[in-house]
Amino acid sequence: MNADAPILQVEQLTVGLPGGGDRAVAVREVSFSVGRGEILCLVGESGSGKSVIAQGVMGLLPRQLPILSGRILLQGEDITHAPLSRLRELRATRMSMIFQEPMTALNPVMTCGDQIDEVLAEHTRLSPAERRAKVRAIIEEVLLPDPDRMMASYPHQLSGGQRQRIMIAMALVLEPVLLIADEPTTALDVTTQKQVLELMLQLQRKHGTGVLFITHDFGVVAEIAQRVAVLRLGDMVEVGTKAEVLQQPRHDYTKMLIGAVPTLRLAERPVDDKAPVVLRARGLAKTYVDKGWFGKARTVYAAQDVNFEIRRGQTLGIVGESGSGKSTVARCVVRLIDPSAGEVRLGQDDIAQLPPRALRPLRKRVQIVFQDPYRSLNPRRTIAEAMIEGPLNYGVPRAQALAKARELVALVRMDASAMDRYPHQFSGGQRQRLCIARALMMDPELLVADEAVSALDVSVQAQVLRLFEEIKARLDLAMLFITHDLRVASQVCDQLAVMSQGRVVEYGPAHRVFAAPEHEYTKALFAAAPGRDFAFGG
Amino acid sequence: MTEPATTPDAGRTSLESLSVESATIVSQPSVWQRVRRNTSVRIGGLILLVLVAVAVAAPWLGTVDPSLFDPVSRDLLPGQTGEITTLDGDTLEHRFIMGSDSFGRDVYSRVIYGTRVSLIVGLATAIVAVAFGVLFGLLSGFIRWLDGPLMRFMDGLMAIPAILIAIALVAMWRGTLPTVVIAIAIPEIPRVTRLVRSMVLTIREEPYVEAAVSMGTPTPLIMWRHILPNTVAPLIVQATFICASGILVEAILSFLGVGLPPDIPTWGNVMAEGRAQFNQYPHNIFFPGLFLAVTVLAVNILGDGLRDTLDPKMAKRG
Repeated sequence: MNADAPILQVEQLTVGLPGGGDRAVAVREVSFSVGRGEILCLVGESGSGKSVIAQGVMGLLPRQLPILSGRILLQGEDITHAPLSRLRELRATRMSMIFQEPMTALNPVMTCGDQIDEVLAEHTRLSPAERRAKVRAIIEEVLLPDPDRMMASYPHQLSGGQRQRIMIAMALVLEPVLLIADEPTTALDVTTQKQVLELMLQLQRKHGTGVLFITHDFGVVAEIAQRVAVLRLGDMVEVGTKAEVLQQPRHDYTKMLIGAVPTLRLAERPVDDKAPVVLRARGLAKTYVDKGWFGKARTVYAAQDVNFEIRRGQTLGIVGESGSGKSTVARCVVRLIDPSAGEVRLGQDDIAQLPPRALRPLRKRVQIVFQDPYRSLNPRRTIAEAMIEGPLNYGVPRAQALAKARELVALVRMDASAMDRYPHQFSGGQRQRLCIARALMMDPELLVADEAVSALDVSVQAQVLRLFEEIKARLDLAMLFITHDLRVASQVCDQLAVMSQGRVVEYGPAHRVFAAPEHEYTKALFAAAPGRDFAFGG
Repeated sequence: MTEPATTPDAGRTSLESLSVESATIVSQPSVWQRVRRNTSVRIGGLILLVLVAVAVAAPWLGTVDPSLFDPVSRDLLPGQTGEITTLDGDTLEHRFIMGSDSFGRDVYSRVIYGTRVSLIVGLATAIVAVAFGVLFGLLSGFIRWLDGPLMRFMDGLMAIPAILIAIALVAMWRGTLPTVVIAIAIPEIPRVTRLVRSMVLTIREEPYVEAAVSMGTPTPLIMWRHILPNTVAPLIVQATFICASGILVEAILSFLGVGLPPDIPTWGNVMAEGRAQFNQYPHNIFFPGLFLAVTVLAVNILGDGLRDTLDPKMAKRG
């Protein structure tokens, strides 16, 4: 066989969709190839069909999604309609796959060592001792510390990054020629993501594996891709080298996507130091004491000695990785949870320890927008009902509240017909706009956005971010913007607080923190942002 | 999975490009449509409708008063003709489709009238159990200090066999329809309480509930407006299973002679009547047993169908 021949060729692949969907086919006449040792990134927003292609190659498509036409060739062999027995032989030996969520992709009741061993037992004739040696070797190769302990560990005992390394070890233990990675780092923190991406690159170079890498994150694409294919609603709109697609995109959709990627470059913003302080946190702390019936009580410091202030018309960003305490702070500020210590001064009032009755009149001054637009609206209430709920609680007449709701629905650029519909009739981006409108119904002084754009596709994210900016300017609001995404933070924040392990490690004007981070953790966090030095064009 | 949110002009950077979006109309069938299209729901529902019709139309289905008897017509086989004496003392010629029992009562009439009792008991049990279960579940899920004691009490209740509780309660109160219903419903309450409590604990963490909290909605209103409506689907499913078990338990109680008094026509009473002479006259047990089996099966099929359409997560769990 020719050594230069592509490992994977997908020719004119069309996969059907069951009736009642938004389009007739999941993917339409998609063609691409992956060469030996090549990384092809398949990019697209949710619903573009990128995962369907991956499942098609692995032969994992559910029955409702049949391959209607086209061919899939693995090293020249047509596997489009290969029988299950043949596919089973090919999986793990010639092609393997890693998934987004390693916790659900690993079997929770088997040790990691046994799970890798199972692959070997199934596909090789090695003796148990040889298998064990091989498992140990591959675990060492994915740079996991203390291989013996890792082999004996169950998935829940490992961190997200470690689990993903186990998945990679399992996928690569038989040295397949093709690795399909479906959003493998999306669920990981940026610093972990950086390490896992580096590891994948290193192993891929060493073994000459061809990689089909599925992602929605252009930063990751810039980091690892050699070639890039862009999907939109099942159509492949553009395919080319990384430089071609990311710096001179030809198709309008690609241009739009790349234009929507927030940049990390940050201009100095004028900050009005004399604007009145809306909210000031002093020594804010939240500790959880987990006392079981037996044994010692366990204390978790979710947030410790957090200090910041937010002035009218300004946005404070809190960035940090998962578990850093940033959401805890947001929830303390909104008083969804009670702070353990410290004060949260809203204007003149300290709301940190107020009892519910005294808190009630103050609640409306701080409103929050959540991460998951699909769970932020009660599925059984219309948009109008959801929006007027707050004002009605404070005695605003119904007609007046409805008039205001209509006004705000227009402000977030939704059609007035939205009012009488139920949440399931809207897309994620639309719902998030409606959630913003609902928060604004209360005329808050402070709007808290807790990862409010993290669940959205990049183009929708850009729209919602612009909406936040516009609202802040028009209504002269103070905003507390919680995010793990530095690019997003750089778009909206005037002030920035970086949190790590419950503490604010760096706090200052956003442009200063971005340009010259002082704390070690901040530096590491910024260095880990994928594609930070890549100049996107468009 | 699909998100048709991207508008063609989304990439431009000016604010004007935020186009006004009208709601995407999703062509998914509504829950009610899905429920109606489900085969199990159709079959179960149809059988139950027929049974309800039978129960309502009992006097016009060729029946006589189920308490009438005539010593002359004792132990007739199905299809035989005999006579029966009305309360006025008149004697009627009557065809005993399902035979008669050892008092000379018409089994057919008793079974048909028994449908009324069974359906009423099933429905009432489900309503009572769900009503109390929802109340306790909400209290337990929302009032933290009450959670422990209430749930331990429920655990204790679940540790006693349901039939024993029911027998004890009926024995204490005398057997009338309301007492039997309550006696059957009480052992079912802990299961509903647990279901509601676990749903409350999940739903109260939902962002839309937290949004309501931050908008100053009082707690009772949050329960009523945001939490209760979202527990309805699993509750309906649970209610059908309680209904089926209620019908069964009532028949068992009657059969054991601790349910409704023997003169009231219930399937359990008819079977209890026929137990002694089962070898010679199996029809006394067979016909009420057949009705009982078909009714419980229909309710369970309906419940399975409802579970598949209303509560897909629970269906997968098994």
